[in-house]
Amino acid sequence: MGFLSYFISGVSLGAVYAIIALGYTMVYGIARMLNFAHGDIIMVGGFVIFTIVSTLGMPPLLGIIAAVAACTVLGVTTERVAYRPLREASSLAVLITAIGVSYLLQNIALLVFGSNPRQFTSVVTLPNLVLAGGALTISSTTIVTIISCIIIMIALTAFINKTKIGQAMLAVSEDRGAASLMGIDVNKTIAVTFAIGSALAAIAGALLCSAYPSLTPYTGSMPGIKAFTAAVFGGIGSIPGALIGGVILGVIENLSKAYISSQLSDAIVFAVLIIVLLVRPTGILGRKINEKV
Amino acid sequence: MAILEVKDLEVYYGVIQAIKGISFTVNQGEIIALIGANGAGKTTTLQTITGLIPAKAGKIIYNGTDITRVPGYKLVSMGIAHVPEGRRVFAEMTVLQNLRMGAYTRRDKTEVEETLKSIYQRFPRLEERKNQPAGTLSGGEQQMLAMGRALMSRPKLMLMDEPSMGLSPIYVNEIFDIIKEIHKSGTTVLLVEQNAKKALSIADEAYVLETGKIVLSGDAHEMMDNEQVKKAYLSE
Ligand SMILES: Nc1ncnc2c1ncn2[C@@H]1O[C@H](COP(=O)(O)OP(=O)(O)O)[C@@H](O)[C@H]1O
Ligand SMILES: [Mg+2]
Repeated sequence: MGFLSYFISGVSLGAVYAIIALGYTMVYGIARMLNFAHGDIIMVGGFVIFTIVSTLGMPPLLGIIAAVAACTVLGVTTERVAYRPLREASSLAVLITAIGVSYLLQNIALLVFGSNPRQFTSVVTLPNLVLAGGALTISSTTIVTIISCIIIMIALTAFINKTKIGQAMLAVSEDRGAASLMGIDVNKTIAVTFAIGSALAAIAGALLCSAYPSLTPYTGSMPGIKAFTAAVFGGIGSIPGALIGGVILGVIENLSKAYISSQLSDAIVFAVLIIVLLVRPTGILGRKINEKV
Repeated sequence: MAILEVKDLEVYYGVIQAIKGISFTVNQGEIIALIGANGAGKTTTLQTITGLIPAKAGKIIYNGTDITRVPGYKLVSMGIAHVPEGRRVFAEMTVLQNLRMGAYTRRDKTEVEETLKSIYQRFPRLEERKNQPAGTLSGGEQQMLAMGRALMSRPKLMLMDEPSMGLSPIYVNEIFDIIKEIHKSGTTVLLVEQNAKKALSIADEAYVLETGKIVLSGDAHEMMDNEQVKKAYLSE
């Protein structure tokens, strides 16, 4: 039962990585940039919920809605102010800017909330699931996280395949110039992508902080890097790839923590990434991305 | 009446000037051919008209409106469609999805279906392959898809960049027949071609571009008999 329990919480951790990885993968696929500040949006979402629920004593659902709204605005604003002016610049310039945005967000949080960890109250208030006569307990946060991830994947896939703006996103990801010739506003499409990615980051923040309730300005940083790893692992630009990459990563991390060493678990995760990329440079589901000018 | 006027257009790639002050006019209802050797600046000219590349100087007037600084995506709903060089179909999307992208700016849903039907009539092969990813089509079929996609917006003016490039002779003839049909049904065509003979044979007026400058212009049929043109562009 021990293994099953570690495995299930690994899937749940992986589900959080997958939700964050979606933001990385969509922004990469459509705007062709690595938004290294994406992880810090999670932290901002966490602090919004913390303020509303723990400080102001309002219901968790309200906190989540406020976090989604705040992160969406933050993501779109960042794109408009920091990244859009660099649309024609080298990818290195964009990457450096994104790292700058990441530090900016961390330091603003440091200024407002200080560096002491804050105790985050779980947004999931359901009872835990007890199975096999008490031998296996699955926390309600774990269950809610996995279900949320499944719903998000289905909704996002439907959005992309069934809506006009979703199709525009596909077109922009394939050929920005040709998309513009179809009458698609490329800037608007990229802004929508940032909005969706950031809203998902807020949800990921709520779920992550519920499972690991210590909140600091650096909370988003490591999960951000892991989710980026998951996106690359699954094949950057691919939505099912983000899911597969996230879940595999979460399971490997949790099982390594349980059976090998909690200090080495991160090293093992990144070692697996390197091996996968040596064997399959495009990741598990990745396709060759032809760079277009 | 002029549907498109290009006046003293200059375009740069960084510090390199690709278009050196060209002017030309496209009259409503005509086929205008823009011919010239590889690297003359034909693609650059078309891409500047549809806003993929900014103009450094000069003016582009469409139906009396200055569109020089209008963002490219807005031109589709104004009636301009551009079939780009190299076709640039969305390879991972299906044929049908590609065609629907062509109608992206249209709000008249029932009429879009009519347009789709008429495009399937003109290109039966596209209907047969409508659920296939566009990347799996042959070169000629992709060219038809690129044209069908542009037609989905019901353009008044259609820019075509080397539609016959890399195609087998049978397809080349078919493509030129289709261009004639498109023109007959009322669309003005600005055609860029390296296949000068074919282009001049269907065009009304023609311009010859050489390293960013227009060196010759006039009636397309007279141009076919021009010794200079014969020597440079029609020798086979
Ligand atoms: N993206 C680009 N960057 C720099 N120079 C370019 C670019 N595209 C085209 N050029 C140059 O501009 C000139 C015109 O090119 P182009 O418009 O593609 O010619 P054509 O379509 O007539 O073959 C050429 O000298 C070409 O090398
Ligand atoms: Mg060209």
